[in-house]
Order: sequence, then C-alpha cells, then structure tokens
Amino acid sequence: MDLSLKIWRQKNKNEKGSMQDYSIKNIEPDMSFLEMLDVLNQQLISGGEEPVAFDHDCREGICGSCSLVINGAPHGPHKSTTTCQLHMRKFKSGDTIYIEPFRGSAFPIIKDLIVDRSSFDRIQQAGGYVSVNTSGNTVDANATPIPKPNADEAFKSAACIGCGACVAACKNSSAMLFVGAKVSQYAQLPQGKVERTERVKNMVVQMDKEGFGNCTNTGACEAHCPKEISLDNIVKLNREYLNSKIK
Amino acid sequence: MSEPNLHNHNSSESFPFSNKVPKGPIGNKWEQHKGKINLVSPANKRNIDIIVVGTGLAGASASATLAELGYNVKAFCFQDSPRRAHSIAAQGGINASKNYQGDGDSNYRLFYDTIKGGDYRSREANVYRLAEVSANIIDQCVAQGVPFARDYGGLLDNRSFGGVLVSRTFYAKGQTGQQLLLGAYSALNRQINRGKVNMYTRHEMMDLVVVDGKARGIIARNLVNGNIERHGAHAVVIASGGYGNVFYLSTNAMGSNVTASWKIYKKGAFFANPCFTQIHPTCIPVSGEHQSKLTLMSESLRNDGRIWVPKHKKDVEKIRNRELKPTEIAEEDRDYYLERRYPAFGNLVPRDVASRAAKERCDAGYGVNKTGQAVYLDFASAIIRYGKEKAISTGQDPNNTTLIDKLGKQVIKAKYGNLFQMYEKIVDENPYETPMQIFPAVHYTMGGVWVDYNLMTTIPGCFAIGEANFSDHGANRLGASALMQGLADGYFVLPYTIGDYLANDIKTGKIDVNMKAFEDAEKKVKEFISNISSNQSGNPVDYYHKKLGQIMWNKCGMSRNEQDLKKAIEEIKILKKDFYKNVYVPGESGGYNEELAKAGRVADFLELGELFAIDALERKESCGGHFREEYQTKEGEALRNDEDYTFVSCWEFMGDGKTPKLNKEQLKFESIELKSRSYK
Repeated sequence: MDLSLKIWRQKNKNEKGSMQDYSIKNIEPDMSFLEMLDVLNQQLISGGEEPVAFDHDCREGICGSCSLVINGAPHGPHKSTTTCQLHMRKFKSGDTIYIEPFRGSAFPIIKDLIVDRSSFDRIQQAGGYVSVNTSGNTVDANATPIPKPNADEAFKSAACIGCGACVAACKNSSAMLFVGAKVSQYAQLPQGKVERTERVKNMVVQMDKEGFGNCTNTGACEAHCPKEISLDNIVKLNREYLNSKIK
Repeated sequence: MSEPNLHNHNSSESFPFSNKVPKGPIGNKWEQHKGKINLVSPANKRNIDIIVVGTGLAGASASATLAELGYNVKAFCFQDSPRRAHSIAAQGGINASKNYQGDGDSNYRLFYDTIKGGDYRSREANVYRLAEVSANIIDQCVAQGVPFARDYGGLLDNRSFGGVLVSRTFYAKGQTGQQLLLGAYSALNRQINRGKVNMYTRHEMMDLVVVDGKARGIIARNLVNGNIERHGAHAVVIASGGYGNVFYLSTNAMGSNVTASWKIYKKGAFFANPCFTQIHPTCIPVSGEHQSKLTLMSESLRNDGRIWVPKHKKDVEKIRNRELKPTEIAEEDRDYYLERRYPAFGNLVPRDVASRAAKERCDAGYGVNKTGQAVYLDFASAIIRYGKEKAISTGQDPNNTTLIDKLGKQVIKAKYGNLFQMYEKIVDENPYETPMQIFPAVHYTMGGVWVDYNLMTTIPGCFAIGEANFSDHGANRLGASALMQGLADGYFVLPYTIGDYLANDIKTGKIDVNMKAFEDAEKKVKEFISNISSNQSGNPVDYYHKKLGQIMWNKCGMSRNEQDLKKAIEEIKILKKDFYKNVYVPGESGGYNEELAKAGRVADFLELGELFAIDALERKESCGGHFREEYQTKEGEALRNDEDYTFVSCWEFMGDGKTPKLNKEQLKFESIELKSRSYK
C-alpha cells in the first residue's frame, strides 16, 4: 500500500517543530507500524536525510517505550494496542496518517517524536514501593494468604506499562490513572497496606510538582490505555488520598 | 588504553585464574563461603562507589541491594527509564525449589535439572547456590508486593516448564518478567529516593577504565546531548544482558546489545562459551523481509499446547495452498512429533530439543506455512480438558460440547490471555479457534563474560551478573531460570561477594577521573565516534546488521558444521571491513542520534560474531544449543564428547586483528554423574 505521512519534526527541546510531509510506497499489511517507520527511515537515510527519531524497544507491547499520537489517538486508533503492536493491515492504501509525539507539559520533547517521561519515574521514586529490605530475610511467601480476587485486582493495576498514553489522551494532561494504578496495586495487598497513607501523599505531591493536571472524569485515559487500566484506579486513588487527609 | 591483563602460562590446559569455588560438600559451600569472605564495615561502605551498567532484573536488584547495604551506587541504562529493561518482556515464570506442590521438589532436584538441562556444561557450585537461594527470591518478591498468581485458598500457584518433572514455576499470567522487574524497579526507586543510587538513564557505556589492573570506572555517552562522560568507582558491575541480537532477528529488544560485555572483553575479561545460544522453540514465525524483531510465545504454553505437523505431505500441500484448515485434519493424520519421540517429557522437553525437532520436521518438508518454516501449537484438547473439569466442579453438564468449549476457553484465557491477544494482533488469526503457528527463534545467550564463584571477571573489580555472565546454564537454559538467576545474582549473591574484593579498597579514597587512564579511554571513544560518522554517504547501519544476522542464522544457528563455520568467519571479516569503509551515520554526534548509537553496537556485534563462529568451530561436539552436524547419534540427538570437551571455553583478547587465545576451565562433576541426557 502507498501512504502519505505527516510527521512532527523537531530538532531538539529548544527549537520549534513542525509537521513535515512524507510519502511511502509498497508497505505490506503484515508490517507493524514501527516497521513502516523503519522503512521510511531507511529511505530517508539513503537520501542523505536524518531519520525520524522515535522511542521503541521491546516491540511486543510490554516495555512501554513506544508512544506516538497516530491520527489524534495515543497509540493509534485501536483499543488495547500499543503502537508497536499496531499493524499496517489496519490502514488502507491512499491513507494520510498524522504522527505526533505524546504531548503534555510534564513530557518535554527531546527530539521529533521522543518525549522525556522521567517525571513518571520521579513519581514512583516518591513512594511507589514497599519499604522492605532486599536481604531475603522476610517471612515465607505463603505465610500470608491473599484472597485470589485481591491478588487478581492488584495484578490488573500492576499491568500498567508506564507509557504515558493516559497523559497524552487527557485534555488536562493528568497522570492520575498512572498514579492510581500503583497506589491501588499496593492498597490491595497486605504488604502494601502498611505505608498506604504516606505513599499516596508523597506520590500525589510529586505528581502535582511535575505539572500534571487534575482529573475531570472524561475517561479518555482509560479509553486509550493499551493495557486496559480501569478508571476505578482513579476512584481508589481519590479514596486513598482522602483517607490519608482524614487520618 | 591501559594494558590488558597479561598472564604467563605455557599450556592452554592450565587455567590462569582460580574459579574460587570453596572446598567441602556441595550443600555447604555457599554457607561456608559467606562465613569466610571479607566484609566491608557499614562506615566504610559509605566511602565506596559502585557502578552498575544495566537495570534489568540483575542490575536493578543489585543496585537496590548494594545501596541498601550502604554503598554509593551509580546505575546506568540506555533506555529512558530503568523499568524498560528487557527483563520486562519475560513471560512464563520464575523457578524456585519451594516444593509448595509437594511433588518431590528440592534444592538438589532443581540443581540436578539445571545441570542436566544445561547438558553438563555449567559449574556445579554456582548452580547449586542458585538452587539454594531460589526459594528466598519468592519470599522477597511477595514482600515487595509482586502480585503472583494465587489459587482460591489465597496461596501461590505453580505451573510446569520444560525439562523437569515437577511444578516449581511461579508466575503472574504471561507477564512474570514485568511484575518481577517492577518489583526490583520499586526497590531501586526507594534507594534513588534515599539518595543512595544516582540513576543515569539514556546513557550508554562506551568503555571500561582500568587503572593499575583494576576496574576503576567507565566512559559513558549521554544519548540525549551526546556528551562523553567519565564516571569513577571502586568496582564496576556489568548487568547488560545477553547478545542474541548478533543474529539481528531475535526475541531481544531492539536496543539489547553486547557493547558493555564486549568492551570489558577487550580490556582483559575472558569471554566464555560465546557459541552457547538458546533458540527458543515457540516464537511467531517470520512474516517477511521487513521483520525487525521476533516475538516469543511463552514456554508455559507447552503446559497445555500440543505441537504437531501433518503426517502426510499431501495435507501439507493443501495447508500451504489454503485449501485445508488445520482443524480439518483428523487426529490420526497428525504427527505429534515431540510426544512420539520423547514420550516421558512429551511437549515439555527442553528448548534445544524442541527447537531441533521442529527444524527436523520442517527440513523434511512438513512445515505448515507458505515458507515451510512453521509448526502448530494446538490448544483444542486443553480447551476440552479444562472445559470438562470446570463443568464438573461447577455442577454443570460435562457432556454439553458447546458449554465445554465456552468454559474451556475461559480457563485458557485466564491463564494465557495476554499471550493469545499478542498472537492475534501480530498474526491476525484467532488462536482460540485455530492452532498457533510457531517456529524457533534466537532468545537467550548462555555464553557470556567468564566469572568466578564471586561473580568477578578476570579483571579485578569488574563483575558480571545475570544473562551477561556465563555461569549457570551451561549449553542450554531451562525455562523460567533466567529470572531466577538474574534476581539471585542481584539480590543475594553479588552484594555479599563484592565485599570480598572491596574490603581491600577501603583506604583508596574517591576515584579521580582526571587520571590518564580516563583521559585515554575518553579519547579513544571520541575517535571511534568521529571515525564512524565521517562518511557522507553509504549504507545504513541496519544494512550491516541484517547481513551479519543472515550469516549467523544460516551458518551458526540451530545446526552448525565445520565448512559453514569457516565460511562464516571469512564472511564476517569481509563484512566488518566494508562496515568501517562504507557505513553511513547521518546527523550529528552532539545530540540525540539513534543511528550513531546503533553503529557502535553493530561494530561490537561484528567482532563478537567472529568470536562466536570461532568458538563453535573449536567445540567439536554437540551439546545443548550447540549442535554440530558432524557429532550426532543415529537418532539425530546431540552427541557430547565428555572426554575432550568438559570445559568452559574462555577466550582471551590478544589485540585487534589477532587470533584470540583459548583458555580452558575444566569442569569437575563431583555431585552429579556425567551421563548422556535423555528425555525419552
């Protein structure tokens, strides 16, 4: 198939960027979206131009590196799919595809389609852990049974890949789905409950400091989350936060 | 550049280093060793800096634990966050000898299975220690809030993996690596928050700095602004993973590379068994020229999936022409070749055996897709089995086929949902309705940097952990053992053994990065960068990487022979020359430039590829993942030569363009009898 591409190009953080037009031919339907960009990049390099910079690594939908807003949607038009898992069979010859970076004031652009998501790491550093020594001198793993539904729910929250699509999808650039997922994972496990008050306070303080916006319940984050992290996590985040204030 | 370690020894039979394996019975070695090695006092730890390169399971867990013990840690990763290291993609599970299932598991059995699975080419003492600490890993991870799968009683669930007869694998759906890595990442974050770890993301290690024979730091490149940085430390830990991407196509992440391991090799660290590579039997087949990487379908699927090809060539033809669907082939016209050849282990034979068996069927013309390079992995009988179980346990009719089909699919979805979804996205076929098509692909490298019992390389102060080292898996790794080794090394082994070395370093003081060795190493890195980016036109980096991959796959892949290996060595040499002459790296070195980063990695893969072929040529036997066509039994099984090859091939760098020197660490089997492996 033959495609027209409109891609955001920006040399670095400080320079202004703009959308640039490219055309690409003979794309096979079995290619992934990123393989299509590989083809474009080889074409650009052969023509002596700089390739389009984009983040990617595992290419199997789990590392959370890949991003891209494709035709206005973070990770493209298909539900529960990361950009690296999106295949060209979902497009047709003659299509024009708009490709932009994940935008958000807490995600400054590094180059072209690459943004700096280290704000996510700093939120996790503020409290996204259980304060247990890694000495191995803990109790036996089966000493504390955990009801299967709680373990399963905690797992669902823990499945977040930290890609930032929730922020890119939100008109307020809110990170509450991301933060809520970590807070709820631990709140549902006996090991995480001990520090729940401090954890939620510290993570929310950091989240605000990074410049992420607030949640106004549009649900865009959940709709665009490639891992189907549920909006319930924001409800749980609010509940945990409120409890921490009452205590 | 400082001189690589020089060792005076005449015979290649005498190994120039001690492997530091403690004396005494196998079960007491680790305990006694821990009791005897040197320690660093808490007050002195504060004055000691450690660099850790890589933040996967091994690197993140080591960084967190070293920091917690009181050392100052600088951790480096090339990704934008430590959480993205490729351990995240491990699917199936992690082994531990907990014996929660009461099925006869023990430390000894895990040890035995691992040695046997590795085809008797690993070091007994290291493997026993791995088995000993395995149970603690599960305790540790649960304490960190890792949400492992549980049964209805709230206790931890297990599944089985290949090459063993017990259920000892702990898992979190098909995302075990993700959950374990996020656990280690959380421990790392806690130490970053305490100021004990300085995290350097989007940084690539470019070289090791050796001062007076000791590792004293690294030269790193900031991938965002291109700056070349000097970092000093009292010890350097390499935790940068394996080198499967030397094949271009593998299940590794796009950025996975050998550079850190290769740079220390060139500074004097021995590189062990480079040809021991794992080709994983169940991956999604290549779909075309454009393919950039391959996707694994977890080995856990072999718990429930049955592998087959059609029994008759006429059916194969029809399948390839899409005139027949696999579901239309009758049971008696299918060849469940693993169950046929290996009745005791069936579909759960080790990976090397399963991969070769798939290749054998495809080479014989029974491959099922248009390229003839695929076999079926079928869940139909598991769906019926689970459906019946569920119907009975919920008081419904076990003879209602529609109901059974529905219930069975629900069970399969709960177990492997994310894998099935992944398959469907890539292949565009529904694996609940039709069998998966799979084919072997490069997945893991058992070979790596040689380390002693303390996990130290032959360069004092330079350590290697996780997939980057060679120590535990011999010639073939068992499923769910990579996660176990990464965390064992990082949480429970290195943090103690490193003290044995650092105890002599408490008076050294801060490492001065203005020393000549740093200056020289930095200069060399800058020269390399300016050389490699000097062409104004030519071939892209990927052109060379793909060519290298083809040579490796065709001549150093699932089966190898003398003639092809010799050809491979010549072809790689020619390719390497062409690379330095004609590679074109666009853009500037002073900013973000992925092509430049890739060029550095491919330069190292080209050198490693040659050593890989040399190693495969030299090892005139078949063992584990290393199958030499000249050495096989009448039934086509690997034929080991214990008399001449019960050793670790440790390659020593002798200078650019010079033949590397082979040193042999003889392997002694004191607790397990050397015998030929059988899964029949």
